Amino acid sequence: MRHTISVVVENEFGVLARVAGLFSGRGFNIESLSVAPMFDPSMSRMTIVTTGDDRILEQITKQLNKLIDTIKVIDFTGSDYVERELALMKVNAEESSRAEVLRIVDIFRGKTVDVTPRSYTIEVTGAPAKINAIVELLRPIGIKELVRTGPVVIGRGSKGWRQD
Amino acid sequence: MKKTGSQILLECLKKEGVDTLFGYPGGAVINIYDDLVDYPEIKHILTRHEQAAVHAADGYSRATGQVGVALATSGPGATNTVTGIATAYMDSIPMVIITGQVPTPLIGNDAFQEADMVGITRPVTKHNYLVKDIKDLARIIKQAFYIARTGRPGPVLVDLPKDVQVATTKFVYPETVELRGYKPTISGNARQIEKAAKMILAAKKPVIYVGGGAVLADCPAELLQLAELIQAPVTTTLMAMAAFPGEHPLSLGMLGMHGTYYANMAVTHADLLITVGARFDDRVTGKIDTFAPHAKIIHVDIDPTSIKKNVRVDLPVVGDLKDVISKTIVALDKHADEVKATVAASQSWRDEVASWKSAQPLTYQPSDTEIKPQFVIEQLRELAGEDAIVATEVGQHQMWAAQFFRFVQPRTFLTSGGLGTMGYGLPAALGAQAAFPERLVIDISGDGSFQMNSQEMATLVQYKLPVKIVILNNGYLGMVRQWQQLFFDRRYSQTPLELPIDFVKLAEAYGATGLRATSPSEVAATIKQGFETPGPVIMEFKVAREENVLPMVPAGRSIHEMVLAS
Repeated sequence: MRHTISVVVENEFGVLARVAGLFSGRGFNIESLSVAPMFDPSMSRMTIVTTGDDRILEQITKQLNKLIDTIKVIDFTGSDYVERELALMKVNAEESSRAEVLRIVDIFRGKTVDVTPRSYTIEVTGAPAKINAIVELLRPIGIKELVRTGPVVIGRGSKGWRQD
Repeated sequence: MKKTGSQILLECLKKEGVDTLFGYPGGAVINIYDDLVDYPEIKHILTRHEQAAVHAADGYSRATGQVGVALATSGPGATNTVTGIATAYMDSIPMVIITGQVPTPLIGNDAFQEADMVGITRPVTKHNYLVKDIKDLARIIKQAFYIARTGRPGPVLVDLPKDVQVATTKFVYPETVELRGYKPTISGNARQIEKAAKMILAAKKPVIYVGGGAVLADCPAELLQLAELIQAPVTTTLMAMAAFPGEHPLSLGMLGMHGTYYANMAVTHADLLITVGARFDDRVTGKIDTFAPHAKIIHVDIDPTSIKKNVRVDLPVVGDLKDVISKTIVALDKHADEVKATVAASQSWRDEVASWKSAQPLTYQPSDTEIKPQFVIEQLRELAGEDAIVATEVGQHQMWAAQFFRFVQPRTFLTSGGLGTMGYGLPAALGAQAAFPERLVIDISGDGSFQMNSQEMATLVQYKLPVKIVILNNGYLGMVRQWQQLFFDRRYSQTPLELPIDFVKLAEAYGATGLRATSPSEVAATIKQGFETPGPVIMEFKVAREENVLPMVPAGRSIHEMVLAS
């Protein structure tokens, strides 16, 4: 089963290696990982998408919590949250397909961020499923390059991550 | 007044109460060694290999309960410490390891004697640090000791570049530690403890399963009180041999692969397993699906990751063992009548356990002609007394020591349980003897393991550390040979140690005493003479070559499916 976990860590060198090493050393999967400093720059927030049964997920969250540099682990499974991913795509745009590409991008509320006579570079954001959907629609036209950030998530409601 | 990084390091060690350092100098720690001359209150013991320095600090820690400290230079000095660190990590031993590092501008340049120690030791330390700025040094050392000794203890490595050692700043040792990501749960949850008490009162066939955590938490007294209160049989892992007195009527000895018949039978038939500070290692559980199949499991541990890692748990209690056990006793005391009824109801269980005990005691075939290794251990126990500290290497001799020594006092059995490091025992004994110069310290060894760190004989002699080394010499890497005999058709591939070493001469070469016994009648006299001879002594016993450690649960089998001695 797919799980999305946020990990608040000390913003120090080597912390990413500790987290990545924990996953590889214990045979846990990382499907995606995104990380950047937080509002308080002494902390970074990682969003990790992983897979595993309940027992594995319990071990993952416990092991993450055990790291000295981990300040908070939030497992979003079963809770209400907003999930967003950004993708950049370089899509074939020959004469015959240029209009179709723009229509699809428009439906997904994407943006065209670069144009050449033979290609469009598209920016699209949304939940991973939405990105998957536009990728599938553009695939027949020809995607030259695809870059995805991996999702970031935030809980719904008025509470911040410190309160629970 | 400003101090240099190396002075600050030594000041910090003083503040932490470190009286003994085990280490080995080199280019990247030469400044620390220079300043060490001005700190006579910190005794330095020069081992002959960095691995041994770490094992010695580990032995010091296990024997005293204090944080052990080791010091090594960068590159090869630092990488040599890795086995020692991993050994301590697997057994949760509080240690601080200081390694020198090349100057910060050279880090990453493949400089001479450079190794990425923070990277290399990340999976085998509780935490580690690279000190990049002298202003962080005092705080990092303070944190390192705090992290090493609190929660589930473990080794912490501090990598200290040479330019940070020579830089100067004002020395201020922080009063407190601020780590927002590290807050171990000490106090057990009251509701969970109440539930545990209820489960104990409902049990008809309870067993207490004790791991090394009980030694680390210094709670053998509470454990004994609990066991006697509810009259539950107690089995210990290798790591907890001395946490419950081996001669107590409720003691079942060790469980698992080379555990006693009655410990394994009791666990298999129990209806409640009260697990304290143990982690359901595969050497304990055997085939996991059939481990304690009828038992509800209470698991008390300070480390939440230990709980539900390998087995299902009915009641987890996270907290310090001393705290949780004491509170459980208080909770039970509130129901004194029910406790009495429970104890009465479990009498038939204790009878059943007693019948297993008398049917299949720990035993071996005695001999008048050959020295049986188990006989040597029994004689050692007889002559050494309860106060002796015993270190072991890894292999058959280690299992025989665990089975036949019947440890009584906590912190008297130093052995590499988790990692199973051959070569651990001699330097660990060295470290324990450095901590307790007046006590009898014994290294029980095989001829294979001994040779993995035999260079430490020089350290023993130099520092007049009178460790008594017992070598059970069977001319084999005995434990692997036993597996080859039982599971590989006696094809003894690379297990005979073809070259017979003259251990008596070896002892003499180092300026120590060497003794040898070749027949059973000489065993007691040799041990007595060894104990009475001042200074380090090697006692070599030419033992029965193909003796096996029994009972034995073959790998992957259920623990009640034992190969028995009789």
